Amino acid sequence: MIALLVRDLRLAIRAGGGFGLGLAFFLLVAVLVPLGVGPEGGLLAKIAPGILWVGALLACLLSLDRIFALDFEDGSLDLLATAPIPLEGVVAIKALAHWLVTGLPLTLVAPLLGVLLNLPLTGHGWLVLSLFLGTPALSVIGAFGAALTVGLKRGGLLLSLLVLPLYVPTLIFGAEVVKRGAAGLSVEAPLLLMSAITLGSAAALPFAAAAALRINLR
Amino acid sequence: MELIVSDVAVARGGIPVLEGVNLSVSSGTALVLRGPNGIGKTTLLRTLAGLQPPLQGTVTLPPEGIAYAAHADGLKATLTVTENLHFWASVNGQGGVEEAITRMNLADLRDRRAANLSAGQKRRLGLARLLVSGRAIWLLDEPTVSLDAASVALFAGVVREHLARGGAAVMATHIDLGIPEAEVLDLSAFRANSHIPAGHGFDEAFA
Repeated sequence: MIALLVRDLRLAIRAGGGFGLGLAFFLLVAVLVPLGVGPEGGLLAKIAPGILWVGALLACLLSLDRIFALDFEDGSLDLLATAPIPLEGVVAIKALAHWLVTGLPLTLVAPLLGVLLNLPLTGHGWLVLSLFLGTPALSVIGAFGAALTVGLKRGGLLLSLLVLPLYVPTLIFGAEVVKRGAAGLSVEAPLLLMSAITLGSAAALPFAAAAALRINLR
Repeated sequence: MELIVSDVAVARGGIPVLEGVNLSVSSGTALVLRGPNGIGKTTLLRTLAGLQPPLQGTVTLPPEGIAYAAHADGLKATLTVTENLHFWASVNGQGGVEEAITRMNLADLRDRRAANLSAGQKRRLGLARLLVSGRAIWLLDEPTVSLDAASVALFAGVVREHLARGGAAVMATHIDLGIPEAEVLDLSAFRANSHIPAGHGFDEAFA
């Protein structure tokens, strides 16, 4: 399983691997929104948590269909399914690899982009923490969606439609953490709920995704 | 170590293609599957590999016993020959990468990316993966496609060596591999003509 993680990370950083795609998208959103909304600092500070979370979510969505589609096309997925690793483990590792190349970099650059959006300083810590705890859920839920649509040509649209509603709770609680944190209020409730979503999906969805893969490989 | 297939029926896209298939392969033997295009050779091999369930009948095989080589080689274009092989070797918890490279005549290509290999060289790399799988029963789907005569002979040697070590192989192929001890099974005899209901619940949604 470590070998699979290393391979996926290596593939992501080699040419054409898609590393940086989500990061560039996130950067664009954070740069363009202030230009579109105008230089009014108070308004920007107010919408910053929401914009940053929406940006991170869409950046994650951008690379979801690569999780399984590439392996399906070149036959690796058939071979992985017959290899001595459980398919549930394959799904979990691939979701982890996806998080390491999208969610984690997004989390690390987020404070920088928070400055661009005039996010109050008190909110930066909460922004990093909420993204750190919330983006794994995006990768795991996304891996489930990708497993459902793996056999389809150009399944990206269907994948987005399937996954977006499942992303909504994470988005709401994540943005709420930053909003409350920036305003100096208690963040306990949204933070705990968001972590629960992350833990719950990480525990359950690899099994669902593996079942979907088995059906799609028939 | 034995692969036993009894009274198996298989379907492709919800339509039964083969029924009543009985075969067994034991240590040291090879079985060549023949039959016209579309008869269900690939479908049968995928069923043996456990990638799809049979419509009826049972497939008995040793646990962790099979290595499947499909039409697609499962190579990553941006990884080198050695990296590709090392990945499959460690997934299977095996060593022997260097030996597999020498055996399949890939030594000169070891640091080349798979994207820059010719079709035949890719195929050789795909087959070298079998050597690092550590599995006893090889399921080979048209293993010799795009191989030249010398490579076919090389691969036949590899298969015979595998058999001599107590392995087994089931191959779907149209050409004569040069493995005289292999049994030949013509699948035309098992063509499905009855209509077994392919009632697998939600299959239609994923067709």
